[in-house]
Parts: sequence; structure tokens; C-alpha cells
Amino acid sequence: MTFHVVVGVRLKEGLLDPQGKAVESALPSLGWNNVSHVRVGKEIELEVDAPDEAAARAQVTEMAERFLSNPVIETFEILQVSQLVALHPSDEKAT
Amino acid sequence: MTGTTGDIPATAPPLHRTLGLTDAEYEAIVSRLGRAPEPPELAMYSVMWSEHCSYKSSKVHLRTLPTEGPQVLVGPGQDAGVVDVGDGVACVFKMESHSHPSAIEPYQGAATGVGGIVRDVLSMGARPAALLDPLRFGGLDDERNRYLFGGVVAGIGGYGNCIGVPTVGGEVKFADCHGANPTVNVMCLGFVPADALLQSRAGEPGSVLLLIGAATGRDGIGGVSVLASQTLEEDAHASRPSVQIGDPFLEKLLIEACLELKDLGLLEGLKDLGGAGLTCAVSEAAAGVRLGADLDLDQVALREPGMESFDILISESQERMLAIVRPQDVPAAQAVCAKWGLTGAAVATFVEGGTLTVRRAGDVDARVPARSLADEGPEYDRPAERPDWLDALQAEDPAASPAPVSIEDAFASVLGSPNVAGTRWAFEQYDSLVQGQTVVGPGADAAVVRIEGTLRAVAVSSDGNGRYGFLDPYAGAVHAVAEAARNVASVGATPAAITNCLNFGNPERPEVMWQFREAVRGMADACRAFGTPVTGGNVSFYNESGGSAIYPTPVIGMLGILDDYRLLVRGGFPADGLAIYALGATRPELGGSEYAEVVLGKVCGRPPVVDLDVEARLHRLLAASSRAHVLASSHDCSDGGIAAALAEAAIAGGIGFDVVPPGGGIAAHLWLFAESASRAIVAPTLGSERAFEELASAHGVPCARIGTTGGDRLRFRDLFDVSLADAIVVYESAIPRLMSAGRVAV
Amino acid sequence: MSEHRPRVGVVTFPGSLDDRDALRAVALMGGDPVPVWHADRSLGEADAVILPGGFSYGDYLRTGAIARFAPAMESVAAFATAGGPVLGICNGFQILCEAGLLPGALVRNRGLAFVCRWITVRVEHGSPGSAESSDNLTIGREGELLSVPIKHGEGRFVASAEELRRLEAAGQVAFRYCSPVGLVSDDFNPNGSAANIAGVWNEKGNVLGLMPHPEHAVDPDLGPTGGQPILQWLLSAARARVPA
Repeated sequence: MTFHVVVGVRLKEGLLDPQGKAVESALPSLGWNNVSHVRVGKEIELEVDAPDEAAARAQVTEMAERFLSNPVIETFEILQVSQLVALHPSDEKAT
Repeated sequence: MTGTTGDIPATAPPLHRTLGLTDAEYEAIVSRLGRAPEPPELAMYSVMWSEHCSYKSSKVHLRTLPTEGPQVLVGPGQDAGVVDVGDGVACVFKMESHSHPSAIEPYQGAATGVGGIVRDVLSMGARPAALLDPLRFGGLDDERNRYLFGGVVAGIGGYGNCIGVPTVGGEVKFADCHGANPTVNVMCLGFVPADALLQSRAGEPGSVLLLIGAATGRDGIGGVSVLASQTLEEDAHASRPSVQIGDPFLEKLLIEACLELKDLGLLEGLKDLGGAGLTCAVSEAAAGVRLGADLDLDQVALREPGMESFDILISESQERMLAIVRPQDVPAAQAVCAKWGLTGAAVATFVEGGTLTVRRAGDVDARVPARSLADEGPEYDRPAERPDWLDALQAEDPAASPAPVSIEDAFASVLGSPNVAGTRWAFEQYDSLVQGQTVVGPGADAAVVRIEGTLRAVAVSSDGNGRYGFLDPYAGAVHAVAEAARNVASVGATPAAITNCLNFGNPERPEVMWQFREAVRGMADACRAFGTPVTGGNVSFYNESGGSAIYPTPVIGMLGILDDYRLLVRGGFPADGLAIYALGATRPELGGSEYAEVVLGKVCGRPPVVDLDVEARLHRLLAASSRAHVLASSHDCSDGGIAAALAEAAIAGGIGFDVVPPGGGIAAHLWLFAESASRAIVAPTLGSERAFEELASAHGVPCARIGTTGGDRLRFRDLFDVSLADAIVVYESAIPRLMSAGRVAV
Repeated sequence: MSEHRPRVGVVTFPGSLDDRDALRAVALMGGDPVPVWHADRSLGEADAVILPGGFSYGDYLRTGAIARFAPAMESVAAFATAGGPVLGICNGFQILCEAGLLPGALVRNRGLAFVCRWITVRVEHGSPGSAESSDNLTIGREGELLSVPIKHGEGRFVASAEELRRLEAAGQVAFRYCSPVGLVSDDFNPNGSAANIAGVWNEKGNVLGLMPHPEHAVDPDLGPTGGQPILQWLLSAARARVPA
């Protein structure tokens, strides 16, 4: 089975996030004065072949621990797992 | 014809017009082919015959430029120009513009501009060794201009740094006319042994064309014809999909793979894919050797499903090169591509005859004469007319205005003006050190880059004063060449050749065409006088919005040669107690000057006079002085006049000065801020004053001692003095202060 | 001491940029530079290794995150564990941290922009632990100021409060950013690194990572030569491994 998984990676609490601060400083000039604690992270999405959802989760968790995130500076969370149902093969294999 | 919303109009515009071709151009295509073109063929013509690719409005004038000389190995017409710099080394260099994409998406527009010019240098077989970025923006009091400036600098740094090519020079100037139309030019140079130079014109029947690098997607579809050949209007943001996205990591791999292919002797030729993508590369490669080509689109690695032949043919996906390879070398070449993780499919073969045939899934999608695309584009001699507002503008002489503020206040305004002030905010975002050959980096008159394995170096500078061009396009172009030459001479090098970027408004307007014609005439005269032929360059038209064009801005990229890099002369005062000499003559002229703009609030008058012979003598004197070891420092005078030049030399060296302005004849503020041509500030080494004076006299260059270096103040005797520390604050904080006034995070 | 030119391997990853500069600097300083390809396990019988600066794998995912899994890195890790001298410069430092061969991590500069500038660092510990072992194997004397360039966008050194305490106590802080006269203050911290840390040692003192570029500070024709003592350390450590 093929699963579509989305992993969220965030900077650890307490680590200075200058990008988040820059975004936060710019918001008032666009009209929002009521926003604070902006932090910028990333999402990694992937498709993984696994016998079942639990296995998919376990494998992606290990990927995230060893590679997709750096535990010195980041935390991660599996945000979404959904099984892909094949409809029809795509007509062109993109490289 | 009536219709309510939702009705399909009775007649849609013909395809050729939506692609940017005129009816007459369409007729010319029909006539050439002997039939109506198929849509993919029309797409190919629309991009190849666009202004950006065909130079149809400029060719007739560019032909008048001097392009030959004993030092020129390759002149205009190939992917880049090449000059012999001695010791069997060739220097490949060129400048290009990427202004229109940068106005819409500044980071990617600038980044892909860097990518494109780097590939042009690479295509001649040279490792790209240095970049320069001459930029123009609207005033930084406007948030959008801060956004564009910040984005462009970040993009140039982001791309250039990641591919490992140092950005060693450049400049940034500000003028309101550039608000909607920033000017982003990028220059690249590289070195290659002269006997290992690759030619774009290479190959024979049976040669295989490999498409190396990134997969092909929908980037910049119609970018060239849609964007660069029309002015930017209100719906510019709808053009967003036309902007290409760069991947500098891939470009770095591409550079290494191509150089390895070359070193292994596997290349007959190499071509960059830039504007008009595959169509341009294949048609130019074939046309260059008077052959045709069979192009099989099924072999092109695609990034997206569902791409039409049309899309593949004109895609401007970045980071792609075309290698021309002997059939027996294809497997070895593809192995090199694989080693670097790049695609390297054989997409075409050269064939006898001159036809470019494009096939896909067994069908012929296009069959056109390669030369008709590459060489037989339309040529226009558009009407040119001197604008009627010029006389009045020139007649108003800012030197006739009384000085409205004290000289000390004027000095602070000029030194702190963004056009004069320090640009550390920008150039510290560029890696200027990688490759380990940068002897003089950004912030100097000219950058100096060593040629590894020799004692030689090249000195490079980019210049182009738009205000002068606005007031007198001929003089503005002369000034641009003169200033660029003066800058390389100032470090002790001999000016050798130029590349250029000609940035103008809409050529369909007679006044713009006149400005262009005059500028080319000025460039030609100056290049002939200095012995610096034009080896190639770029024309960027349609830089205007709402009928308002940018200043006529020819930007000159000057290459100079230093036989021994240890002879270079730096700009900052290096020690106390040195005599300061002013070279050249200062006239009471303020036309187009920084003083006139920031203190008087005017852009008017005539640009300073340039005597080409006098200017050339100064260049020769400076080169001779470096060879004779008689100078401790040398800095040319330009924006902001002698006052700015002295301040810059003091700031660069960390040492003040005591200068006595000449009395009678010329008012103090005129002497300080006039931007008269052919001048420099030099400090001979201790004990060499006499020798230097004799050298100046032998070269016929007026030379007057005006003061002495030393101390921690900038003293203009009997006028005013300021502390060096205060001057540094004014100079270094001007741009950072403006940029911290709030901008959107990049 | 032998006149032997020690072999110094410089690993090239896809995207490495200052590899050629490191090779040139090794030669200039009296070593025998050996290019090492990331996909090869062999370190070319090197007596020391440099992981050079650049943008390996475009800094994609995180800087150094992909390079640390290269086949050559397995050999580098084994070499380091066996006590071999390893110098990680800029991206090389980032790779060593990702590989766990050095503590902490490097993240985006506090000011968000890439910075290329000559700066001064102060030598905190010429080798970890208390003062001198053998003079040859330490970098200058403590307190010495070195003029070197930085050029990076992700040079801010971070570690947990506990890790930082441990590093300081163990004398593993090699260099700190400072003023031209040696004052360590926030004004002279170009990227926001914790405690102005510019470079760190591993516990055993055979692996050194730093953000500044010593390979660009060895040629007097191009600028100050504060990089010489750092490369001198590496070459001396390499020589010490060769049986007399």
C-alpha cells in the first residue's frame, strides 16, 4: 500500500528564530497588530510504500529522527497519514 | 460586435499577435516557409524574432561599434566575448540584463540572471571566475524599492554564493525613473588557455547534441517574448508564471560536469540554453555551422506531465546546456553527466542542409530553416527624433544657481547620498573570496582578479551614469566608457576591451530610438579613442511604464590587464605624511551632478565635457605610474566630485587629510563637487613626488599638489573640516539606515 | 622534525566550493593535498582530513544534513574515532555537527543575511582541556588574535544550555568572535552564536570545527594570514601520526 505522509518540523522552543521575528515585525505594516510568537518551520511530504498505516508511521518516524529533523535544534510531528488509492497510471513519467 | 460577460468574442486575436509578432513579421514567416506556419513553428519564431533574442531594433546601430583589435579572440556573435590577456590565457567575459523578471520577482529574477550569464562564460570552456552586478533602483524612501533592492541583492548573493563564483564588484545607483523599472545587469568573467577555447560554432553532420542539466518544465514560457519585448503595465503580476526559478546547486554540478567534459576532450562545442531555450540553442548551433538538425522532443527529460511540443521548445527552465559531441564520444560524455547526477540525453543530431526538424511521438511538429530563426530575424531602422524637451533641460545650468546651503552641509548630503555612500550593506551579502584569486574586492575603483599560475591579473569595473545619459545620451555613453576605463587605470591596469548592457525605454518611440543611436555613437567614439573594442553585450529595451522611460543607461563592463598583480595601486590613503595630488582639470560644471540633485534638487544642464585625448593620457599615466612603483594610492574622481573622492580615499585608508582648495577662478563648491572628467586623486610613495611629477608632465596630464595625508580629520583648509569618524558614519550608515526603515522579510 | 609533506585529504561533496581553496592552502603550508571524492570510501592514505566550505547539496533540508551520509564520511568518522586530525571549515563544521562528531548545531544567522567579512577571533583553547600539551599540536597561545574571513548565512552556533556549560568547562571552545583588539562582546558577534563561539573541539582534541575560513587567510598577497596557525596545527598533527 502507498501512504501519503506529511511531517511538520519545527524549531525547538527557546531557540531564537530570526525569520519568525522578521515575519512578526512585518505584519503590523500589513494591518495586523494582534499577532505574536511567530515561528517558521517546514513541512515535508512524501509517499511511502508500507504494509499498513502503523508501519508507514513507524518508518517515517525513524526517517524523521535520523534525517528529516535534527534533534539538537528541531522537533517533529507526523501531521497527516492517508492511504493513496490508485486511479489510473499517469500518462507521462516526469523525471 | 456586442457581447455580455460570458460571451465568447466573435473574433479572437490571431495567434501570432498574442505571441508578440507583428502582422508584417507573420507575413515574412509565411513567405520564408512558403506556407503558413504550424503553431509550434510560430512559437519558435515568436521567441527567436523577439527583441531580446533578435536585436531587431538595435542591430543596425550596433554594427557601427568597433569590435576588432589584436587582443580580441572572439568578438560579438558568440555566447561571450574573449580577449587575450597574455601568457597564453584568454579571458571570457560578458554582461547581460535580467531587469524585467527582477521587477516582478526580484530574488529569482536576479538569481536566474546570474545563472544565465555564468552559463554564457562556461559555454566558451572557461570556469566562471568572477561576477559584477551593476544595479539601478528607485529611491529607497519607497518601500517597494527597498523590497526590490533587498530581493535582488539576496538573489544575486543566494545564487552566486551557492555556485562558488565570487562577486567582486558592481555598483548600485538610485533614481526615480527606475522605480517601476529596476535595472539589473550582471557581468561574468572566466579564464581558459587560449588554445582550449571552445567555440559555439562547432560540429559537423552526425554530431550529437546532448541536453545536459535540469529537466525541462514550464518555466518562463513566453518569458522572452511576453516580458522582455513589451513594457510592464498594471497587470504585471499576471506575468508571474513567466518568471524562471533557479537552482544554484544544479548549476554548480553543471559547471563541474561541463568543465570535466571539456578537460577529457569530449566536447566539440557547448551552448547555453537561455532566452528561448532549446529552440535558440539548437537553431543557433546548427546555423553557426550552416547545418540543419533533427530534434527529437521525446528525448527531452521533462519535469511536468502534459507538456505540449510548443512548451518544450520555448521553455526557459534554468541550468541546462547543450553539448555538441562526436557520436563515438556520447557514451563517455553521458557517463560524466551521470557522475554529477545530471541528465545528458541525446536530443538532436546535426544533418546536412539547413533545416531544423522537430519530431515528437513519430510526428513532425516543425520544419524550419535554422538560419531563418537564428540569423534572419527582422531588422528595423526605427525612426529617431531628438526630444523637444532637451534644449530647455540642457539650458538650465546648475552651476549658475547660488549654493543654498553651507559647504559643510552640502558635503554631508553628498557623502551620505545613496549614489555616493558605501554599499557594504549589499556587497557583504556576496562571497567575494571563493576561488582564492580576489586581490581587490568590492568597494574599490575596480576589482582585481589574479590569473592562477601566472603573475597576471585582470581589473574589472562596471559604470554607467544615467543622469548624464538623460541630459545628453551621446555624452553619457562617452562618460560611461571613460569612467570604466579610468577605474581600471586607477588600480594600475591598462584598459583592454569592453562588454556592455544598453538599458533603454521603448524603441518604438522616436525619442528613445534617438537616445539609443546617440549612445551607441558615443560608445563607439570612446572605445576607438581608448583602443577598447566591444566584444559583445546585451540590449535591454522596453524599460518603461506609463510612457515614462528609464534614463538612457549604457552600462559598460571594462576589462583591464595588469601584467603583474603586485603592481596594483589601491584607493585608500595608506600612511600619514604623503603628498596628495589632483590630476586633471576641474571646470565649473555641475550638470547632472550628485550635488545638483541632492543639494539643488535638480537634474539639468549638460554633462561634464569629455576630451577623449585628455582622458586617454590619464589612463596611460596611471598605468605607467604603477609600473614605475611611484604611487602609494590612486582613486579616480566621479560622482560627488573631488570632495567625495578625497573622503573615500580617507575612509578606505582610515587616514585623514589636509587639503588646500585652489583659490580664485573657481568657487569653492564648484571645485569640490564638479564632476569634471579625466581626474584622479593620487598619493605618490614617499620620495617619489618628483619622479611622479615628471611622469605626469611626460604624459601631458595636469598635476597639482593639493595637500597631505594624515591625522583623523578631513580638512578642507579655510572651508570646513570634519572628523574622519563622523565621515565614516555618514558614508557607511546611509544605506543601512534607509534599508532598516521596514521591509518585508525575504 | 621531519621535512615530510603530510598527506591531507580534502573531501569534495556535490556543491563543495572551497575545496580547491583548501587544497591550495594545504600545498602552500607545506602539505601534500589529496582530493577525496564523497562517494569513495578511501581517504587516499591521508594523515589528516579537511571537510571544506561550500554549499554541499545546496544546503537542502539542513546545511550538512545530506553530506554527512556520504560513503567518505563513514571513513572520516572512523578516522576521527581513531584519533586522526580532522578540520571542518564552515560547511565542513556543519557536516561534522550533523554527523555527531562535534557538539551543537549551526543555524541561520541572527541577521538573516549572508555575511562575507574579515573578522577577528580569539584563541580560547589551543587544544581542549587545560593548557598546553605539545606546542606543535596547539594553535598559537591562548588569547592570540587571528584575522580571518567569514562568509556564511548559517553560522550561528547553538547548543542546549547544559551542553554549552559542558563545552566551556571541558575547554572545548576553540575560538570566539571578538573586536580587533580582542574584546568579546555582542557587537562583535557577526551571527548571534552562543557565547560568541566561532569554533569548537571535540573531547579528544583531534577534531576541530570553525565557521571562519582559514584557507582564505594564508596568502599574504590576498590579505591577513590568520589562517596559518590553524593549518599549521593540522599539518603538525598529521606529521605526528607518521612513524619517524
